[in-house]
Amino acid sequence: MFLINCPFCGEREQSEFKAGGEAHIVRPKQPTELSDDEWAEYLFMRKNIKGIQFERWNHVHGCRKWFNMVRDTSNDQIKAVYKMGEKPPVK
Amino acid sequence: MSNNLRFKTSKFIDETYRVSFKFNNKTYFGFKGDTLASALLANGVHLVGRSFKYHRPRGIMTSGSEEPNAIIQLHDNSSRTEPNVRATEVEIYEGLVASSQNCWPSVNFDIGGINNLLSPILPAGFYYKTFMWPASFWEKYEYFIRKSAGLGKSPKVADPDIYEHKYVHCDVLVIGAGISGIMAAKMAAKNGFKTLLVDEKSYLGGSSIYDNSEFSKINNQITSSWLEKEINEISKIENLEIKTRTSVAAFHGYNFLLARENLTDHLPINQRENKVRQRLLKIRAKKVITATGSIERPLIFDNNDRPGILLSSAIKKYIDLYGVACGENNILFTNNDTAYETAISLIQRGIKINAIIDNREQIDSKILYEVEKNNIKIYKGYTVVDTYGYRRINKISIMKLSKDGQTVIGDKTKLNCDCLGVSGGWTPAVHLFTQSGGKLKFREEDQVFIPDVYPSDQISIGSCNGDFGLEEIIKNTLSSIKKFLDIDNSEYKTVETISGLNQSKRNIWLLPSDKSIGKTKSFVDYQNDATAKDIKLALREGFRSIEHVKRYTTTGMGTDQGKLGNMHALGIISETAGTKMGEHGTTTFRPPYTPLTFGTIVGRNVGEFFDIFRRTPIHDWHVANNAEFENVGQWKRAWYYPKDNENMHQAVQRESKAARDSAGILDASTLGKIDIQGTDASEFLNRVYTNAWSKLAVGKCRYGLMLNEDGMVYDDGVTTRLGENHYIMTTTTGGAANVLGKLEDYLQTEWPELDVYLSSVTDHYATISVCGPNSKKIVSKVIPDLDLSDEKFPHMSFKNAKIDNIKCRVMRISFTGEHSYEINIQANFGKSVWEKCMEAGKDFNITPYGTETMHLLRAEKGFIIVGQDTDATLTPIDLQMDWIVSKKKYDFIGKRSLYRSDTIREDRKQLVGLLTENPEEVLEEGAQIVADIKKSPIEMLGHVTSSYYSPNLKKSIALGVVKGGKNMLGQKLIIPMENKNINVTVADPVFLDKEGERLNAKL
Repeated sequence: MFLINCPFCGEREQSEFKAGGEAHIVRPKQPTELSDDEWAEYLFMRKNIKGIQFERWNHVHGCRKWFNMVRDTSNDQIKAVYKMGEKPPVK
Repeated sequence: MSNNLRFKTSKFIDETYRVSFKFNNKTYFGFKGDTLASALLANGVHLVGRSFKYHRPRGIMTSGSEEPNAIIQLHDNSSRTEPNVRATEVEIYEGLVASSQNCWPSVNFDIGGINNLLSPILPAGFYYKTFMWPASFWEKYEYFIRKSAGLGKSPKVADPDIYEHKYVHCDVLVIGAGISGIMAAKMAAKNGFKTLLVDEKSYLGGSSIYDNSEFSKINNQITSSWLEKEINEISKIENLEIKTRTSVAAFHGYNFLLARENLTDHLPINQRENKVRQRLLKIRAKKVITATGSIERPLIFDNNDRPGILLSSAIKKYIDLYGVACGENNILFTNNDTAYETAISLIQRGIKINAIIDNREQIDSKILYEVEKNNIKIYKGYTVVDTYGYRRINKISIMKLSKDGQTVIGDKTKLNCDCLGVSGGWTPAVHLFTQSGGKLKFREEDQVFIPDVYPSDQISIGSCNGDFGLEEIIKNTLSSIKKFLDIDNSEYKTVETISGLNQSKRNIWLLPSDKSIGKTKSFVDYQNDATAKDIKLALREGFRSIEHVKRYTTTGMGTDQGKLGNMHALGIISETAGTKMGEHGTTTFRPPYTPLTFGTIVGRNVGEFFDIFRRTPIHDWHVANNAEFENVGQWKRAWYYPKDNENMHQAVQRESKAARDSAGILDASTLGKIDIQGTDASEFLNRVYTNAWSKLAVGKCRYGLMLNEDGMVYDDGVTTRLGENHYIMTTTTGGAANVLGKLEDYLQTEWPELDVYLSSVTDHYATISVCGPNSKKIVSKVIPDLDLSDEKFPHMSFKNAKIDNIKCRVMRISFTGEHSYEINIQANFGKSVWEKCMEAGKDFNITPYGTETMHLLRAEKGFIIVGQDTDATLTPIDLQMDWIVSKKKYDFIGKRSLYRSDTIREDRKQLVGLLTENPEEVLEEGAQIVADIKKSPIEMLGHVTSSYYSPNLKKSIALGVVKGGKNMLGQKLIIPMENKNINVTVADPVFLDKEGERLNAKL
C-alpha cells in the first residue's frame, strides 16, 4: 500500500485516496469545434505506460483536493506529487 | 516401540508439566514446551497424514512453518475446528484434540491408498486430459471430483474467537530473531531507532539458540550461550518491542507489512475466554531488516516421502530443543556439512547413527573428522536410490554415484534404519523480499537465489541473504547494518567466530536411480504429490514457462506453497531443458507466507460491522412500524410497511393507492444533498447540467440531468436556488458521493477560475415527503404559518419556514406526480416532524410508503430511476428526454458527445413504455424483448427495466429499452419467457396523467 504525500496534508495511507487516471489532459475549450475523431481522442484515449506515468489523484477521504503524481508504474515508486496547475517537477 | 525417545535434557521443555492430548482419538502425553509434532515423535508416532493425490502415508518432515506433510485438523468437531494446521507449529496444551486429514477410515488404513497403485494412470494433467470429453459430462464428473478433492474440513458454525487489527508504526522492523536479527535489533534500538523485532516462533534465537556444539563458537563461547546473553540484553532495551509467535504474512510496497500475532493458540481452551485469539498487525516501517533465515532443502530420490524421512536439521532441532529422538537407528543423507551437526547432536546423546551417505567424494572439514572418530561409517560419493517400509521407513538402498553425478554405478547396498535425515543444503527464505518487489539473482556456486535489487528502504541479512557460515553471517550483519542505519557504533567490539564447517556442497537436483524415471516416485512437492517424473512429462508435452509447469503439475501450489521443493522443480526444469537455472527466474512468491485464518483477515469486522450501513434519522420509527428494509448504496431504506400479514405485493398495492387517493409519506432523507455557494454557482450548474440555470429565480426549484463527458446519463435530481449565490442540489441516494467527487474534479481541475464551493450536507437534514390530494391539508396543519396557496407557493418552488421555532426548508416538488411537499429539517428533529405529519394526517389515512411504492408511483408517471432504467449506455435522447437538453447553451458536460456518429444512430436502445396484452400479466424486470421468435438466432432488441402492477390504472405497466423504440409506438413485441411468450405493445412511457392535472389541481 502506497504512502502518498498529499501536497496539502502530508503523508497519508493510500486507502485515503482515489486514483483519477492520466494527468494533463485538458478539456477542450470549444468542444463543438472538434471533429468526432478529435473529440474521441480527448474522451477515450489514455496512455498505459510501463514506466514514468503522470496521474491524477484525489485525497477523497481527506482534504478532497485533486493533485498530480508522477509514478513509475514498473515498480510503483512515486517520483513526485504536485498541485493542480503546477508544472511537473520531473520529466 | 521403546520408551527412551525422550532425552530429558532440554531446558526448553518443562518436564514437571505433563500435558495430555488426543490425536486420532488416542490419548498421548507430552510436556509443556512441546509442539504437537515433537510430542508425537516422542511417542514414536511418525505417520500423521495421507498425501493429497495418491494417499501415501506421510510423516512429520520438518520442524517449522515449511512443513508439507504433517498438516492436521485441529479441534475436531468443535466450533473452533481448523483444517490444514501444521503440527510442527502447534504448541500443545492440556486437552488438545487433533486428527489426520485426507484419509478414510483411518490414517493407518486408508481406502484412498488405492490411488497409489493407480498412479501410473494418474500423470500430471490427468484431470485436464481425462475429463475433457464429452464436454456435457463435466457436470457429472465434477460432482465426484469435488467430493474427493480438498484437504480438511471447514467449520460449520460461527467462530467463537475474537480477532482484531492493529496499526503499528516503527522506525525499524526486524523480521526474524536469529543471530543476525537479534544483532540488528540491538544495533538499531541502541542507536535510538524505535524498533520492533518479530519472530514466528515462541522463543527467540532461531536455530542457534539450541546449538550446543563445539564446532560453532562466538567469542569462545558456544553459540547458544553467547546468544542467550544477547537476548537477555535486548529484552531490557526500552525502545525495542519484541513480539514472538508473530509471523509476517505479507511484505507490500512502501514498507507496509501484515503480520499475524498469535495470542492464545498455545493456551488451554478454558484460558482463552474473552481474549483476542489472533491480531493482524498492519505495520508501516521506515526501514525493514529481513532476517528470515533459510530453509533446508530435501533431496530428490525414489520414494523420498516415507514416514521417518525428515530434514536433517529437523532431527537436530527435535533432539536439541525438545529432547526427542526421531529414531533409534538413524541414517543421514547429505550433500553438505550441516548434516554432520545433526550427527554430533545425536552422538552427544548416544543415539545410534547407522551410516552417513554423503554424495560428495572429497570432504575436508573438522566436523566430519570428528564424526568419523566415533566409528560412524560414511559412504562418500554415494546416493540413496530407494527406500522401503510402508507406514515407516525400515530400509534404504544406496549406490555409488558416477563422476558426473548423472548415473549410479556398482552394486546396490541395503542398510537398515528407522529414520532418515536428508540435507540438500539451504535455500534462503527470500519470500518476503520478493513479495515487496525485490529482484533476485542466482548465485551459481551454491545454486541459490539471493536478494539483488531492493525496491524500498530495506535490507536482507543472515542466511536469507545467502550468508551461511557463522563468520560470514556475523561479519556481514555488522557491516551492512552499520551502513543501512548509517551509524558509527555497532555496539559490538570484536566478534570472533569458530566454525568447523566447510561450505562445500555437491548440488544434484534430481539424484540418479538405477530405475528408469517412469518407474520412480521422487517427490518434489510432497503436499501436492508432484514428482520429478511429472515435471519431466510437462516439459515433454511442451510446457516451458516455470509458471505453466507449476500450474500443470501443481508443484508448489499446496498450503506450504512449495517452501521445500520449488528450487528442485526449477533445477529439474533447467536440467531437462538444457538451460541455465537463473534464466527461468522463479515462480511468483505471493502473500501470505503462511496461511492466515479468515478470522485474522476480517478482525472485528464481523456481524453488523462486516458492512457498515447508514440509517436515516427516522429509522427507528420505520423499525417500530414493521418496515421491511432495502439496501440502497450504504443506506437501509424502508422498502414497504406490511400490515396484518400482508405480503410485499399487497402492501405495495395498498400504499400506492393511498398515496394517490389521499396522502402518502416517504422518508427521503437518503437523497444526496450538496450545498453549492459562490458567485459563479449559476454558471457552474449551467456547465454540469444539460438544461439552463441562469434564469432560475431565487426560491425556485428545477429538475436537472447530469451526463458524463461521453453523453451518457450519470445522475439526476432537483436543485433549488436558495439565494442569489446559493443552491442546494439533490442527487440520487447511491450516486451522492460520486457526484460530489465529479463536481469537485471539474471545479478543481478544469474550471479553477470559478468561485464555487461545495459541501455535502446529506447527513445534516432529514427529508420528509408528503404527497397526495390531501398533502396540502396535512402540511398546513404541521406548519400553520406557511401560506400554501398556489399563488404564493406554486409547484417547483421553495419556502423557508419554522416548525416549533425550528427552521426548515419546504419544497413543493414531486416524484410521484401528485401534489406534494418535501420538508427538510435539521436531522435530529426528523423523527419528531415525521410523527407530527403522521398525527396531522390521521384523518386523511396518511400512509407511510417505502421505496417499492415510490418506484411504482414514479413508473406510472414514466419518471426514470438512474441506475435502474439507465445503465451508462443511454443518452437523454435515448430516454426521450430531449426537452431537458438545452439547445442554446454553448457547452455542458457531455454535450459534444450527444452528436457523435454513434449517439445519433436511430437504432440505439431507447426508453419506451410496455403494455401487456393481458393487463394482469406483470413482466419480469430484466426480461429480454424480441420482435421475431422464428428468426434464428433470435435478435434481442432490448430488455425490461421497470415493471409493476399499477393499482391506480388497474393494469400491468412496464418500462424498457428497445432498439429504435422511439418509432415503434403501438408496435407488438414479444417477451419470451421460460414457459411462454408474452405479447406486449410499445406505449408512451407516461402512463398516468400525462397533462399533469393531478399536480396542478386546485386543492
